[in-house]
Amino acid sequence: MATITHEEAHTHTHGPELQHQFETPEQQKEAATLGMWAFLVTEIMLFGGIFMAYIAYRWAFPEAWEEAAAMLNTPLATVNTVVLLVSSLTVALAVNAAEEGKKRRLITMLVLTIVLGLTFLVIKGYEYSEKFAHCAGAKDPISWITGSDLHESHECLVPGRGFHFPDEHGSASGGHGAAKTVTMQSGHQLFFLLYFSATGLHAIHMIIGLGVMTTILVMALRDRFSPTYFTPVEIGGLYWHLIDIIWVFLFPLFYLV
Amino acid sequence: MSTLSLPQTSYIHDRSRTFAEWLKSWLLTVDHKRIAILYLLSINFFFLLGGLAATLVRVELITPQGDLMSSDVYNRAFTLHGIIMVFFFLIPAIPAVLGNFLVPLMIGARDLAFPRLNLLSWYLYMIGGVFALIASVFGGVDTGWTFYTPFSSTYSNSNVVMTITGAFIMGFSSILTGLNFIVTIHKMRAPGLTWFRLPLFIWANYATSIIQILATPVLGIALLLVVVERLWGVGIYDPALGGDPLLFQHLFWFYSHPAVYIMILPAMGVISELISTFSRKRIFGYEFIAFSSLAIAILGFLVWGHHMFVSSQSVYAGLIFSFITMLVAIPSAIKVFNWTATLYKGSISYRTPMLYALGFIGLFVIGGLTGIFLGVTAIDLHVTDTYFVVAHFHYVMVGGTIMAYLGGIHFWWPKMTGRMYNEIWGSIAALIIFVGFNMTFFPQFILGYLGMPRRYHVYPPEFQVLHVMSTAGASILAIGFIVPLIYLGISLWKGAIAGNNPWGATGLEWKTSSPPPTFNFDKTPIVTEEAYAYPPEAAERDAAAWRPGSPL
Repeated sequence: MATITHEEAHTHTHGPELQHQFETPEQQKEAATLGMWAFLVTEIMLFGGIFMAYIAYRWAFPEAWEEAAAMLNTPLATVNTVVLLVSSLTVALAVNAAEEGKKRRLITMLVLTIVLGLTFLVIKGYEYSEKFAHCAGAKDPISWITGSDLHESHECLVPGRGFHFPDEHGSASGGHGAAKTVTMQSGHQLFFLLYFSATGLHAIHMIIGLGVMTTILVMALRDRFSPTYFTPVEIGGLYWHLIDIIWVFLFPLFYLV
Repeated sequence: MSTLSLPQTSYIHDRSRTFAEWLKSWLLTVDHKRIAILYLLSINFFFLLGGLAATLVRVELITPQGDLMSSDVYNRAFTLHGIIMVFFFLIPAIPAVLGNFLVPLMIGARDLAFPRLNLLSWYLYMIGGVFALIASVFGGVDTGWTFYTPFSSTYSNSNVVMTITGAFIMGFSSILTGLNFIVTIHKMRAPGLTWFRLPLFIWANYATSIIQILATPVLGIALLLVVVERLWGVGIYDPALGGDPLLFQHLFWFYSHPAVYIMILPAMGVISELISTFSRKRIFGYEFIAFSSLAIAILGFLVWGHHMFVSSQSVYAGLIFSFITMLVAIPSAIKVFNWTATLYKGSISYRTPMLYALGFIGLFVIGGLTGIFLGVTAIDLHVTDTYFVVAHFHYVMVGGTIMAYLGGIHFWWPKMTGRMYNEIWGSIAALIIFVGFNMTFFPQFILGYLGMPRRYHVYPPEFQVLHVMSTAGASILAIGFIVPLIYLGISLWKGAIAGNNPWGATGLEWKTSSPPPTFNFDKTPIVTEEAYAYPPEAAERDAAAWRPGSPL
């Protein structure tokens, strides 16, 4: 099949970051980038399963979807969308800074990205705790923690045994499962289940993304990057953009329907 | 056979002085060949476990009454058999063992693109396996390997969550292997090794990897949602809470049908190598075989509904799925015809790997054709969930994957270990397996056609003859699997030194020493020819030179 001949010896010198299995830094970079893209495809298929479930159930319960979506905190989610979009910008700037070898700007941008990511998680966490607080009978998370100001009309949007969707007449009957015949099979709970699954999975990715960004930040602080070698910044950035894009789909699907 | 001793240095040798160092050099290795050996050992271990569970099932079925175990224990036995064999043997078997060992060698690379990721995928495999084993030790699972809802999500009181976690983790191992292969095949080929000079084993693994990265995450999310439902009592698949159990089946088969091609495609790649080498001929219709792998991979994503003909899916959807299922027969048949055309006027030598390859063709044709029966909705309605289905998928998955796996192990054994196995025992074992296999599973076609449903441990007495025959065949099959373990083990000490290229085969992996050095090639090879470049007269010359007892 082949004849083995002498291959040109390594004439150029390369940095310590070139791993033994690669011939050239370019090859290594292309491989890393392609690997990340392939991984992103996998991630999209992972979320694809949830989107499939979303399509199936939205098709089955259009009214329930409309009513349920109104119960989500759209203003907070809008803020979150802006936060994420800005973080994508800072990541893109970080990649650019790494390419140009500007260490200071790279570090600033990475720190900004991490801060924005944390902001997103905090806001998301507040949104979640709001739902859980309602289940516990409190008006908002703060009164839930302080134990004051218990909610009048019962409402629980966390899927599970205690799920209770307030109907239009107000839930005068009150109590757990009182509206069971109306809501348990009407798809409201499914909406919130998908909401928690999809945004929860997204939040887990966000946490991983923050880990990745922190690692890159540490590497940047230790002067591991140069204009010829900044692959981790680039593929870390790709991953961050994916997180961002998934949110861009989740936001209209759950909040704006 | 030019060398009379093993090479001084190879990937197996190391300079560790203490046992701890030696263990570390294996468990923390990033060498694709060592990782392949780790996979070889662990996958064979799981194969034996799955085989033990199958033994329980077959022994129980000797008599029509349930006298060895209760129906509940029986459920757990066949579930264990299914989960271990599907997730921990068939899916990783050829890509993770042979693929890991051969992909870099065949394309002239020093290693896979991401060696550490490769090691990680072995650890994920082992962690997944440990989860599955713990689940079975503490009572097992009774859902069948398919985890159908709502039984798995609402009613089953066995270790569903634990087992699913195992399958989920193992799925990531599979994804990472696929990802690694894709990048490696794209970016690491030796100079001159264009796409159409690649060995067909590489093409097959490439197609497999695409399925792995596209389909496995969908299984992941489907199983994750089962876990969520079980843990928090929410109703994604529960009709009482508005959910739809069928959604699970759709998501599950969207992975699990392509998963069948994860098992069979690399097997077909192995067969292409074996047929060409042992016929001394260029493979017939190289491009057609290469593209039929991709065609199977793509069509495989569009046929999941044929597992759900009787699950209240729309008749029209069933018709379309049925039609696309028929289409899969085309690329499969292209491969079979091309292999037989390669054999035509070849100088065929019936060495052990070739016996497995020929056995593969026979079994795959039976398995594939019965697959068409099942793809026809009219027949499928009658044989759904009968032993006909069981026989069909065993012919494809076991007859296909295991025959190719064993054939590949024998073929590349000299490359992996540097030593030859015992050819006589090899041939005997191959024949035992072929006979035992047919005796085990052919009666099951008849059983299923007569109406014996799968997954029952008691049955009407008139089925007993066929069941006893099947169990007897399984015993023969078990012997056939144990014999290679013995003579392959012995060959590690006593086997003749193989030399670089004992089969006179083409392919880059045969250019380097056996076993190969850690970085595979002393100098990066430059490829100037197509794969399987046997000269036109090679077969004739080989046949003319044949004498009784000659090596090939």
